[in-house]
Amino acid sequence: MSSTANTHGAHEPVNKSTGRLVLAWVLVGIPLAYGVFQTLTQVAALFG
Amino acid sequence: MGFLDRDHSIAPPGFNRWLVPPAALAVHLCIGQAYATSVYKTALVKHFGASLTEVGVIFSIAIVMLGLSAAVMGTWVDTNGPRKAMFTSAMFWAGGFLIGSVGIFTRQLWLVYLGYGVVGGIGLGIGYISPVSTLIKWFPDRPGLATGMAIMGFGGGALIASPVSQALLKAYDPNSGAQGWVASGDAVGKLFLTLAVVYLAYMLFGAFTVRVPADGWRPAGFDPSKVKAAKLVTTENVSAKNAIKTRQFWLVWVALFCNVTAGIGILEQAAPMIQDFFRQADGKSLVSAGVAAGFVGLLSIGNMSGRFAWSATSDVTGRKRIYMVYLGVGAVLYTVLALAGSSATALYVVLAFVIISFYGGGFATVPAYLRDLFGTFQVGAIHGRLLTAWSAAGVAGPLIVNSILDAQGKPGQLNAVSYQPALLTMVALLVIGFVANLLVKPVDARFHESRPERHESHHGGLK
Repeated sequence: MSSTANTHGAHEPVNKSTGRLVLAWVLVGIPLAYGVFQTLTQVAALFG
Repeated sequence: MGFLDRDHSIAPPGFNRWLVPPAALAVHLCIGQAYATSVYKTALVKHFGASLTEVGVIFSIAIVMLGLSAAVMGTWVDTNGPRKAMFTSAMFWAGGFLIGSVGIFTRQLWLVYLGYGVVGGIGLGIGYISPVSTLIKWFPDRPGLATGMAIMGFGGGALIASPVSQALLKAYDPNSGAQGWVASGDAVGKLFLTLAVVYLAYMLFGAFTVRVPADGWRPAGFDPSKVKAAKLVTTENVSAKNAIKTRQFWLVWVALFCNVTAGIGILEQAAPMIQDFFRQADGKSLVSAGVAAGFVGLLSIGNMSGRFAWSATSDVTGRKRIYMVYLGVGAVLYTVLALAGSSATALYVVLAFVIISFYGGGFATVPAYLRDLFGTFQVGAIHGRLLTAWSAAGVAGPLIVNSILDAQGKPGQLNAVSYQPALLTMVALLVIGFVANLLVKPVDARFHESRPERHESHHGGLK
Protein backbone atom coordinates (compact mmCIF):
# COMPACT_ATOMS: atom_id res chain seq x y z
CA MET A 1 0.00 0.00 0.00
CA SER A 2 1.21 3.45 -0.89
CA SER A 3 2.01 5.66 2.08
CA THR A 4 1.45 8.92 0.29
CA ALA A 5 -1.60 11.14 0.26
CA ASN A 6 -4.30 10.67 -2.33
CA THR A 7 -6.78 13.52 -2.14
CA HIS A 8 -10.37 12.31 -2.53
CA GLY A 9 -9.04 8.86 -3.27
CA ALA A 10 -7.49 9.89 -6.57
CA HIS A 11 -4.10 8.53 -7.60
CA GLU A 12 -2.10 11.71 -8.13
CA PRO A 13 1.58 12.17 -8.92
CA VAL A 14 3.61 11.44 -5.81
CA ASN A 15 6.22 13.71 -4.29
CA LYS A 16 8.44 11.26 -2.45
CA SER A 17 10.10 13.85 -0.17
CA THR A 18 12.43 11.06 0.87
CA GLY A 19 15.09 13.40 2.27
CA ARG A 20 12.62 15.14 4.53
CA LEU A 21 11.24 11.80 5.64
CA VAL A 22 14.69 10.44 6.50
CA LEU A 23 15.62 13.65 8.34
CA ALA A 24 12.41 13.56 10.38
CA TRP A 25 12.92 9.94 11.46
CA VAL A 26 16.62 10.54 12.20
CA LEU A 27 15.76 13.54 14.39
CA VAL A 28 13.53 11.44 16.61
CA GLY A 29 15.25 8.08 16.10
CA ILE A 30 18.73 9.02 17.28
CA PRO A 31 17.71 10.37 20.69
CA LEU A 32 15.39 7.40 21.17
CA ALA A 33 18.11 4.92 20.23
CA TYR A 34 20.51 6.70 22.62
CA GLY A 35 17.97 6.45 25.44
CA VAL A 36 17.31 2.77 24.81
CA PHE A 37 21.06 2.04 24.63
CA GLN A 38 21.73 3.86 27.91
CA THR A 39 18.89 1.98 29.59
CA LEU A 40 20.06 -1.38 28.26
CA THR A 41 23.52 -0.63 29.67
CA GLN A 42 21.85 -0.20 33.04
CA VAL A 43 19.78 -3.33 32.54
CA ALA A 44 22.98 -5.34 31.98
CA ALA A 45 23.51 -5.23 35.77
CA LEU A 46 20.41 -7.37 36.08
CA PHE A 47 21.98 -10.20 34.13
CA GLY A 48 25.60 -9.62 35.14
CA MET B 1 -0.78 33.35 13.85
CA GLY B 2 -3.05 32.16 11.04
CA PHE B 3 -0.30 29.83 9.84
CA LEU B 4 -1.11 27.63 12.85
CA ASP B 5 -4.72 27.13 11.80
CA ARG B 6 -6.01 23.79 10.65
CA ASP B 7 -6.68 25.25 7.16
CA HIS B 8 -3.00 26.07 6.75
CA SER B 9 -1.87 22.60 7.74
CA ILE B 10 -3.88 20.58 5.23
CA ALA B 11 -1.53 18.22 3.42
CA PRO B 12 -0.82 18.95 -0.24
CA PRO B 13 -1.24 16.15 -2.78
CA GLY B 14 1.68 13.73 -2.57
CA PHE B 15 2.37 14.40 1.12
CA ASN B 16 3.92 11.32 2.71
CA ARG B 17 1.84 10.26 5.70
CA TRP B 18 4.88 8.66 7.31
CA LEU B 19 6.05 12.20 8.15
CA VAL B 20 3.25 12.46 10.70
CA PRO B 21 4.48 9.79 13.19
CA PRO B 22 7.91 11.46 13.69
CA ALA B 23 6.11 14.81 14.15
CA ALA B 24 3.98 13.19 16.86
CA LEU B 25 7.00 11.43 18.34
CA ALA B 26 8.87 14.74 18.57
CA VAL B 27 6.18 16.02 20.91
CA HIS B 28 5.74 12.84 22.94
CA LEU B 29 9.47 12.27 23.40
CA CYS B 30 9.69 15.76 24.94
CA ILE B 31 6.72 15.56 27.27
CA GLY B 32 7.78 12.04 28.32
CA GLN B 33 10.40 13.84 30.43
CA ALA B 34 7.69 13.95 33.09
CA TYR B 35 8.69 10.39 34.05
CA ALA B 36 12.35 11.37 34.58
CA THR B 37 11.88 13.85 37.44
CA SER B 38 13.54 11.49 39.93
CA VAL B 39 16.93 12.49 38.44
CA TYR B 40 16.90 15.87 40.20
CA LYS B 41 14.45 15.16 43.03
CA THR B 42 17.11 14.79 45.72
CA ALA B 43 18.90 17.92 44.46
CA LEU B 44 15.69 19.95 44.79
CA VAL B 45 15.03 18.57 48.28
CA LYS B 46 18.49 19.77 49.35
CA HIS B 47 18.27 23.09 47.49
CA PHE B 48 14.89 24.10 48.93
CA GLY B 49 15.40 22.44 52.33
CA ALA B 50 12.06 20.77 51.64
CA SER B 51 10.73 17.26 52.25
CA LEU B 52 10.50 14.56 49.59
CA THR B 53 6.74 14.94 49.71
CA GLU B 54 6.91 18.71 49.12
CA VAL B 55 9.14 18.21 46.09
CA GLY B 56 7.05 15.25 44.92
CA VAL B 57 4.05 17.60 44.76
CA ILE B 58 5.65 19.21 41.66
CA PHE B 59 5.16 15.96 39.71
CA SER B 60 1.71 15.32 41.19
CA ILE B 61 0.48 18.78 40.12
CA ALA B 62 1.83 18.17 36.61
CA ILE B 63 0.01 14.83 36.25
CA VAL B 64 -3.26 16.23 37.63
CA MET B 65 -2.97 19.18 35.21
CA LEU B 66 -2.26 16.70 32.39
CA GLY B 67 -5.58 14.94 33.00
CA LEU B 68 -7.53 18.16 33.52
CA SER B 69 -6.13 20.02 30.52
CA ALA B 70 -6.57 16.97 28.25
CA ALA B 71 -10.20 16.73 29.36
CA VAL B 72 -10.95 20.46 29.13
CA MET B 73 -8.92 21.28 26.01
CA GLY B 74 -9.73 18.15 24.00
CA THR B 75 -12.49 19.78 21.95
CA TRP B 76 -10.28 22.84 21.32
CA VAL B 77 -7.51 20.54 20.08
CA ASP B 78 -9.89 18.72 17.72
CA THR B 79 -11.32 21.98 16.39
CA ASN B 80 -8.06 23.87 15.88
CA GLY B 81 -5.97 21.00 14.58
CA PRO B 82 -2.65 19.44 15.60
CA ARG B 83 -0.34 22.28 14.53
CA LYS B 84 -1.87 24.89 16.80
CA ALA B 85 -2.19 22.31 19.58
CA MET B 86 1.47 21.22 19.32
CA PHE B 87 2.61 24.86 19.16
CA THR B 88 0.56 25.71 22.26
CA SER B 89 1.84 22.62 24.03
CA ALA B 90 5.44 23.61 23.20
CA MET B 91 4.90 27.11 24.63
CA PHE B 92 3.42 25.76 27.85
CA TRP B 93 5.95 22.94 28.27
CA ALA B 94 9.00 25.13 27.59
CA GLY B 95 7.43 28.01 29.53
CA GLY B 96 6.94 25.68 32.48
CA PHE B 97 10.65 24.87 32.52
CA LEU B 98 11.54 28.58 32.26
CA ILE B 99 9.28 29.60 35.15
CA GLY B 100 10.53 26.58 37.09
CA SER B 101 14.14 27.63 36.57
CA VAL B 102 13.35 31.11 37.92
CA GLY B 103 11.83 29.42 40.97
CA ILE B 104 14.98 27.34 41.46
CA PHE B 105 17.39 30.26 40.99
CA THR B 106 15.40 32.44 43.42
CA ARG B 107 14.66 29.56 45.84
CA GLN B 108 10.89 29.91 45.55
CA LEU B 109 9.33 26.47 45.47
CA TRP B 110 5.87 27.85 44.69
CA LEU B 111 7.21 29.12 41.38
CA VAL B 112 8.33 25.58 40.52
CA TYR B 113 4.82 24.35 41.40
CA LEU B 114 3.37 27.04 39.15
CA GLY B 115 5.93 26.59 36.36
CA TYR B 116 6.63 22.89 35.96
CA GLY B 117 3.45 21.77 37.73
CA VAL B 118 0.65 24.00 36.46
CA VAL B 119 2.00 25.60 33.25
CA GLY B 120 4.08 22.58 32.21
CA GLY B 121 1.23 20.24 33.16
CA ILE B 122 -1.10 22.05 30.76
CA GLY B 123 1.56 21.56 28.06
CA LEU B 124 1.64 17.86 28.94
CA GLY B 125 -2.11 17.41 28.54
CA ILE B 126 -2.42 19.32 25.27
CA GLY B 127 0.74 17.71 23.88
CA TYR B 128 -0.36 14.18 24.80
CA ILE B 129 -3.65 14.36 22.87
CA SER B 130 -2.51 16.74 20.11
CA PRO B 131 -1.46 14.17 17.46
CA VAL B 132 -3.90 11.37 18.30
CA SER B 133 -6.92 12.15 16.13
CA THR B 134 -4.65 13.28 13.27
CA LEU B 135 -2.76 9.98 13.31
CA ILE B 136 -6.01 8.03 13.34
CA LYS B 137 -7.19 9.98 10.28
CA TRP B 138 -3.91 9.40 8.43
CA PHE B 139 -3.86 5.69 9.27
CA PRO B 140 -7.47 4.48 9.09
CA ASP B 141 -6.04 1.11 8.02
CA ARG B 142 -3.66 0.83 11.04
CA PRO B 143 -4.85 3.19 13.81
CA GLY B 144 -3.32 1.06 16.58
CA LEU B 145 0.09 1.08 14.92
CA ALA B 146 -0.07 4.85 14.39
CA THR B 147 -1.10 5.83 17.91
CA GLY B 148 1.26 3.19 19.32
CA MET B 149 4.19 4.88 17.58
CA ALA B 150 3.32 8.26 19.07
CA ILE B 151 2.42 7.16 22.58
CA MET B 152 5.53 4.95 22.65
CA GLY B 153 7.36 8.29 22.61
CA PHE B 154 5.88 9.22 25.97
CA GLY B 155 7.49 6.11 27.44
CA GLY B 156 10.70 6.71 25.50
CA GLY B 157 11.00 10.34 26.60
CA ALA B 158 12.08 9.35 30.08
CA LEU B 159 14.71 6.96 28.70
CA ILE B 160 16.30 9.93 26.93
CA ALA B 161 15.76 12.59 29.60
CA SER B 162 17.26 10.54 32.46
CA PRO B 163 20.81 10.01 31.09
CA VAL B 164 20.89 13.40 29.35
CA SER B 165 19.82 15.19 32.54
CA GLN B 166 22.42 13.31 34.60
CA ALA B 167 25.15 14.25 32.13
CA LEU B 168 24.07 17.91 32.07
CA LEU B 169 23.88 18.14 35.86
CA LYS B 170 27.46 16.85 36.04
CA ALA B 171 28.57 19.34 33.38
CA TYR B 172 26.87 22.28 35.13
CA ASP B 173 28.11 21.48 38.66
CA PRO B 174 31.85 21.98 39.33
CA ASN B 175 31.59 19.71 42.40
CA SER B 176 30.20 16.76 40.47
CA GLY B 177 33.28 14.64 41.15
CA ALA B 178 32.85 14.80 44.95
CA GLN B 179 31.93 11.67 46.90
CA GLY B 180 28.21 11.42 47.65
CA TRP B 181 27.61 14.30 45.24
CA VAL B 182 24.16 15.79 44.95
CA ALA B 183 23.64 18.33 42.15
CA SER B 184 23.41 21.99 43.20
CA GLY B 185 20.26 24.06 42.71
CA ASP B 186 22.18 26.20 40.24
CA ALA B 187 22.91 23.12 38.11
CA VAL B 188 19.24 22.05 38.19
CA GLY B 189 18.20 25.61 37.21
CA LYS B 190 20.57 25.52 34.25
CA LEU B 191 19.28 22.05 33.35
CA PHE B 192 15.72 23.44 33.27
CA LEU B 193 16.83 26.29 30.98
CA THR B 194 18.57 23.85 28.63
CA LEU B 195 15.57 21.51 28.51
CA ALA B 196 13.29 24.49 27.80
CA VAL B 197 15.32 25.45 24.72
CA VAL B 198 15.82 21.90 23.40
CA TYR B 199 12.21 20.82 23.96
CA LEU B 200 10.90 24.02 22.38
CA ALA B 201 12.96 23.37 19.24
CA TYR B 202 11.90 19.72 19.00
CA MET B 203 8.23 20.38 19.61
CA LEU B 204 8.18 23.21 17.07
CA PHE B 205 9.72 20.81 14.57
CA GLY B 206 6.77 18.52 15.27
CA ALA B 207 4.26 21.38 14.98
CA PHE B 208 5.56 22.52 11.61
CA THR B 209 5.94 18.99 10.22
CA VAL B 210 2.48 17.70 11.08
CA ARG B 211 -0.28 17.94 8.49
CA VAL B 212 -3.94 16.99 8.48
CA PRO B 213 -5.33 14.99 5.56
CA ALA B 214 -7.66 16.75 3.14
CA ASP B 215 -11.36 15.98 3.48
CA GLY B 216 -12.16 12.67 1.83
CA TRP B 217 -8.55 11.52 1.74
CA ARG B 218 -7.86 7.83 2.16
CA PRO B 219 -4.75 5.69 1.68
CA ALA B 220 -4.44 4.10 -1.71
CA GLY B 221 -5.99 0.63 -1.70
CA PHE B 222 -7.79 1.18 1.60
CA ASP B 223 -11.34 -0.12 1.57
CA PRO B 224 -13.45 1.33 4.41
CA SER B 225 -16.06 -1.40 3.90
CA LYS B 226 -13.57 -3.94 5.25
CA VAL B 227 -13.28 -1.93 8.47
CA LYS B 228 -17.04 -1.97 8.82
CA ALA B 229 -16.91 -5.76 8.82
CA ALA B 230 -15.65 -5.71 12.40
CA LYS B 231 -18.61 -5.69 14.81
CA LEU B 232 -17.35 -2.99 17.17
CA VAL B 233 -15.95 -0.65 14.52
CA THR B 234 -18.38 2.08 13.56
CA THR B 235 -18.48 4.27 10.48
CA GLU B 236 -20.73 6.69 12.37
CA ASN B 237 -19.57 9.50 14.64
CA VAL B 238 -20.35 10.49 18.21
CA SER B 239 -19.53 13.93 19.66
CA ALA B 240 -17.45 14.23 22.82
CA LYS B 241 -20.47 15.73 24.58
CA ASN B 242 -22.59 12.68 23.74
CA ALA B 243 -19.78 10.15 24.20
CA ILE B 244 -19.59 10.77 27.94
CA LYS B 245 -23.31 9.99 28.15
CA THR B 246 -22.77 6.49 26.77
CA ARG B 247 -22.23 3.34 28.81
CA GLN B 248 -19.34 2.41 26.48
CA PHE B 249 -17.28 5.47 27.46
CA TRP B 250 -17.51 4.65 31.15
CA LEU B 251 -16.85 0.94 30.61
CA VAL B 252 -13.64 1.79 28.72
CA TRP B 253 -12.86 4.37 31.44
CA VAL B 254 -13.12 1.61 34.10
CA ALA B 255 -11.03 -0.80 31.98
CA LEU B 256 -8.29 1.83 31.51
CA PHE B 257 -8.43 2.88 35.16
CA CYS B 258 -8.02 -0.74 36.35
CA ASN B 259 -5.20 -1.47 33.90
CA VAL B 260 -3.29 1.70 34.81
CA THR B 261 -3.84 1.31 38.56
CA ALA B 262 -2.46 -2.23 38.45
CA GLY B 263 0.57 -1.16 36.39
CA ILE B 264 1.36 1.82 38.60
CA GLY B 265 1.23 -0.54 41.58
CA ILE B 266 4.37 -2.25 40.25
CA LEU B 267 6.03 0.79 38.67
CA GLU B 268 5.87 2.90 41.83
CA GLN B 269 7.48 0.20 43.95
CA ALA B 270 9.68 -1.44 41.31
CA ALA B 271 13.13 -1.06 42.91
CA PRO B 272 12.28 -1.84 46.57
CA MET B 273 9.78 -4.52 45.51
CA ILE B 274 12.30 -6.76 43.73
CA GLN B 275 14.67 -6.42 46.67
CA ASP B 276 11.92 -7.30 49.16
CA PHE B 277 10.79 -10.30 47.10
CA PHE B 278 14.24 -11.85 47.42
CA ARG B 279 14.95 -10.87 51.03
CA GLN B 280 16.53 -13.68 52.98
CA ALA B 281 15.91 -14.71 56.59
CA ASP B 282 18.84 -12.57 57.79
CA GLY B 283 17.13 -9.44 56.34
CA LYS B 284 19.54 -9.05 53.43
CA SER B 285 18.29 -9.15 49.86
CA LEU B 286 19.77 -11.27 47.09
CA VAL B 287 19.13 -8.31 44.76
CA SER B 288 21.52 -5.36 45.12
CA ALA B 289 20.52 -1.71 44.63
CA GLY B 290 22.40 -1.68 41.29
CA VAL B 291 20.55 -4.72 40.02
CA ALA B 292 17.25 -3.21 41.21
CA ALA B 293 18.05 -0.06 39.18
CA GLY B 294 18.64 -2.30 36.15
CA PHE B 295 15.25 -3.88 36.77
CA VAL B 296 13.62 -0.44 36.75
CA GLY B 297 15.32 0.25 33.41
CA LEU B 298 14.03 -3.04 32.02
CA LEU B 299 10.49 -2.12 33.05
CA SER B 300 10.89 1.20 31.19
CA ILE B 301 11.78 -0.74 28.06
CA GLY B 302 8.78 -3.05 28.64
CA ASN B 303 6.51 -0.03 29.09
CA MET B 304 7.75 1.62 25.90
CA SER B 305 7.84 -1.47 23.69
CA GLY B 306 4.42 -2.62 24.93
CA ARG B 307 2.94 0.67 23.77
CA PHE B 308 4.06 0.02 20.23
CA ALA B 309 3.89 -3.76 19.95
CA TRP B 310 0.52 -4.41 21.63
CA SER B 311 -1.17 -1.40 20.05
CA ALA B 312 0.04 -2.48 16.59
CA THR B 313 -1.15 -6.04 17.34
CA SER B 314 -4.61 -4.67 18.17
CA ASP B 315 -5.06 -3.76 14.50
CA VAL B 316 -5.13 -7.51 13.83
CA THR B 317 -6.88 -8.83 16.93
CA GLY B 318 -9.32 -5.98 17.51
CA ARG B 319 -9.31 -3.62 20.47
CA LYS B 320 -11.71 -5.49 22.73
CA ARG B 321 -9.75 -8.74 22.43
CA ILE B 322 -6.40 -7.13 23.15
CA TYR B 323 -7.89 -5.47 26.24
CA MET B 324 -9.10 -8.91 27.32
CA VAL B 325 -5.47 -10.00 27.12
CA TYR B 326 -4.20 -6.96 29.07
CA LEU B 327 -6.75 -7.46 31.82
CA GLY B 328 -7.37 -11.24 31.78
CA VAL B 329 -3.84 -12.52 31.18
CA GLY B 330 -2.61 -9.63 33.32
CA ALA B 331 -4.72 -10.89 36.24
CA VAL B 332 -3.30 -14.41 35.83
CA LEU B 333 0.29 -13.11 35.64
CA TYR B 334 -0.27 -10.90 38.68
CA THR B 335 -1.55 -13.93 40.61
CA VAL B 336 1.50 -15.99 39.63
CA LEU B 337 3.73 -13.06 40.61
CA ALA B 338 2.06 -12.79 44.02
CA LEU B 339 2.13 -16.52 44.80
CA ALA B 340 5.28 -17.78 43.02
CA GLY B 341 7.25 -14.69 41.99
CA SER B 342 9.83 -15.17 44.74
CA SER B 343 10.75 -18.68 43.54
CA ALA B 344 13.19 -17.45 40.88
CA THR B 345 14.51 -14.03 39.88
CA ALA B 346 14.12 -14.81 36.17
CA LEU B 347 10.44 -15.71 36.63
CA TYR B 348 9.84 -12.51 38.60
CA VAL B 349 11.56 -10.34 35.97
CA VAL B 350 9.71 -11.94 33.03
CA LEU B 351 6.31 -11.63 34.75
CA ALA B 352 6.89 -7.97 35.69
CA PHE B 353 8.13 -7.16 32.19
CA VAL B 354 5.02 -8.59 30.51
CA ILE B 355 2.68 -6.97 33.06
CA ILE B 356 4.25 -3.55 32.43
CA SER B 357 4.10 -4.07 28.67
CA PHE B 358 0.31 -4.56 29.13
CA TYR B 359 0.22 -1.32 31.13
CA GLY B 360 1.86 0.56 28.26
CA GLY B 361 -0.26 -1.26 25.69
CA GLY B 362 -3.44 -0.12 27.44
CA PHE B 363 -2.45 3.53 27.04
CA ALA B 364 -1.49 3.21 23.40
CA THR B 365 -4.47 1.11 22.30
CA VAL B 366 -7.20 3.21 23.86
CA PRO B 367 -7.31 5.99 21.21
CA ALA B 368 -7.96 3.37 18.51
CA TYR B 369 -10.56 1.71 20.77
CA LEU B 370 -12.34 5.08 21.04
CA ARG B 371 -12.10 5.54 17.28
CA ASP B 372 -13.74 2.12 16.80
CA LEU B 373 -16.60 2.98 19.16
CA PHE B 374 -17.18 6.68 18.53
CA GLY B 375 -15.69 7.40 15.06
CA THR B 376 -13.04 9.94 14.16
CA PHE B 377 -15.16 13.12 14.53
CA GLN B 378 -14.05 14.19 18.03
CA VAL B 379 -11.88 11.25 19.03
CA GLY B 380 -9.17 13.59 20.39
CA ALA B 381 -11.64 15.30 22.69
CA ILE B 382 -13.09 11.97 23.83
CA HIS B 383 -9.57 10.68 24.46
CA GLY B 384 -8.85 13.80 26.51
CA ARG B 385 -11.87 13.16 28.70
CA LEU B 386 -10.92 9.50 29.10
CA LEU B 387 -7.48 10.46 30.42
CA THR B 388 -9.14 11.46 33.71
CA ALA B 389 -8.93 7.69 34.33
CA TRP B 390 -5.14 8.08 34.27
CA SER B 391 -5.24 10.91 36.80
CA ALA B 392 -7.53 8.87 39.06
CA ALA B 393 -5.30 5.79 38.73
CA GLY B 394 -2.24 7.91 39.48
CA VAL B 395 -3.76 8.67 42.87
CA ALA B 396 -5.41 5.28 43.51
CA GLY B 397 -2.52 2.98 42.50
CA PRO B 398 0.16 4.26 44.89
CA LEU B 399 -2.46 4.85 47.61
CA ILE B 400 -3.64 1.21 47.50
CA VAL B 401 -0.13 -0.26 47.40
CA ASN B 402 1.43 2.07 49.98
CA SER B 403 -1.42 1.82 52.48
CA ILE B 404 -1.43 -2.00 52.30
CA LEU B 405 2.37 -2.18 52.58
CA ASP B 406 2.37 0.25 55.52
CA ALA B 407 0.13 -2.21 57.35
CA GLN B 408 2.51 -5.10 56.56
CA GLY B 409 5.64 -3.65 58.11
CA LYS B 410 8.43 -1.13 57.71
CA PRO B 411 10.49 -0.63 54.54
CA GLY B 412 13.55 -2.86 54.65
CA GLN B 413 11.69 -5.53 56.59
CA LEU B 414 9.13 -6.49 53.96
CA ASN B 415 9.29 -9.76 52.02
CA ALA B 416 7.37 -11.46 49.20
CA VAL B 417 4.49 -12.47 51.49
CA SER B 418 4.07 -8.82 52.57
CA TYR B 419 3.19 -7.92 48.98
CA GLN B 420 0.54 -10.59 48.46
CA PRO B 421 -2.45 -8.55 49.77
CA ALA B 422 -1.50 -5.59 47.56
CA LEU B 423 -0.91 -7.73 44.48
CA LEU B 424 -4.10 -9.74 44.95
CA THR B 425 -6.00 -6.46 45.31
CA MET B 426 -4.61 -5.53 41.91
CA VAL B 427 -5.81 -8.91 40.56
CA ALA B 428 -9.32 -8.06 41.78
CA LEU B 429 -9.09 -4.68 40.04
CA LEU B 430 -7.98 -6.33 36.81
CA VAL B 431 -10.94 -8.73 36.99
CA ILE B 432 -13.29 -5.74 37.40
CA GLY B 433 -11.65 -4.14 34.36
CA PHE B 434 -11.96 -7.42 32.42
CA VAL B 435 -15.71 -7.57 33.11
CA ALA B 436 -16.12 -3.89 32.16
CA ASN B 437 -14.34 -4.50 28.86
CA LEU B 438 -16.43 -7.63 28.25
CA LEU B 439 -19.60 -5.52 28.54
CA VAL B 440 -18.54 -3.09 25.79
CA LYS B 441 -21.02 -3.22 22.91
CA PRO B 442 -21.52 -0.93 19.88
CA VAL B 443 -22.81 2.55 20.74
CA ASP B 444 -26.55 3.03 20.38
CA ALA B 445 -27.59 4.84 17.17
CA ARG B 446 -29.34 7.64 19.11
CA PHE B 447 -25.89 9.01 20.05
CA HIS B 448 -24.69 9.20 16.42
CA GLU B 449 -24.21 12.60 14.80
CA SER B 450 -26.33 13.46 11.81
CA ARG B 451 -23.97 14.17 8.93
CA PRO B 452 -24.95 17.83 8.20
CA GLU B 453 -24.61 18.76 11.91
CA ARG B 454 -21.25 17.10 12.03
CA HIS B 455 -20.04 19.15 9.11
CA GLU B 456 -21.21 22.47 10.61
CA SER B 457 -19.80 21.72 14.04
CA HIS B 458 -16.46 20.62 12.65
CA HIS B 459 -15.90 23.87 10.81
CA GLY B 460 -17.42 26.06 13.51
CA GLY B 461 -14.06 26.65 15.14
CA LEU B 462 -12.47 27.89 11.93
CA LYS B 463 -14.58 30.97 11.60
